[in-house]
Amino acid sequence: MNSIRPKNLDLSTIELPLPAKASIIHRVSGFILFFAVAFMLSALAASLESAESFAGLKAAFDNGLVKFIAWGILSALGYHFVAGIKHLLMDMGIGETKESGRTGAMITLVAGLIVIVLAGVWVW
Amino acid sequence: MVASVTNLGRSGLYDWVIQRLTAVILALYTLFLVGFVAASPDLQFAQWQGLFAQTWMKVFSLAALMSICGHAWVGMWTISTDYLKNAGVRFLFQLVCAGFLFVYLVWGIDILWSV
Repeated sequence: MNSIRPKNLDLSTIELPLPAKASIIHRVSGFILFFAVAFMLSALAASLESAESFAGLKAAFDNGLVKFIAWGILSALGYHFVAGIKHLLMDMGIGETKESGRTGAMITLVAGLIVIVLAGVWVW
Repeated sequence: MVASVTNLGRSGLYDWVIQRLTAVILALYTLFLVGFVAASPDLQFAQWQGLFAQTWMKVFSLAALMSICGHAWVGMWTISTDYLKNAGVRFLFQLVCAGFLFVYLVWGIDILWSV
């Protein structure tokens, strides 16, 4: 490879193509989910400990902040799920060309958005 | 080839397989739990606890918990090797991630087997 070819790795000057946007959101959502597991395990523990703690958890969902955090986690999970499906499809050789990759990224972003809206409707 | 001592499967190919296998388990678990909760609008404690009291649900949940640990390790490892160029900082970040996942695993097993 030509080692003196011009390089520009300054991301702030690059307009990311659509598949790159779909990919970086997948990564960011995964990073968020890493920490979200702590919230999910807390909720699971409260939901299973006793009838009182189960009722307490249900009551906690009346709080706007709790709803928002739950929506945030479901959104990250929903997008990560959709983008993960795209990954698995691409592993099977589906949507690997430049054009179909763009289409796949578009479908992923739109489907992700739909899941995020649905999660919001579910929580509120 | 440079031998890496911090990636989960000791090779990119193993990590690739681990990432996919755990992803499928987590996808199935997510679909099941979301489906269960969505199908029970007035979910009560007895029904919820009854689900997690079943042995198959404990096994399914443990599989998901272990999958989280494997999947998140590969993911966070990839992030750390992409962005953290300083070996000391990268190792510290990986150590913190491993600490989180170990706590998740022990905590999760404790929750599941307290039912």
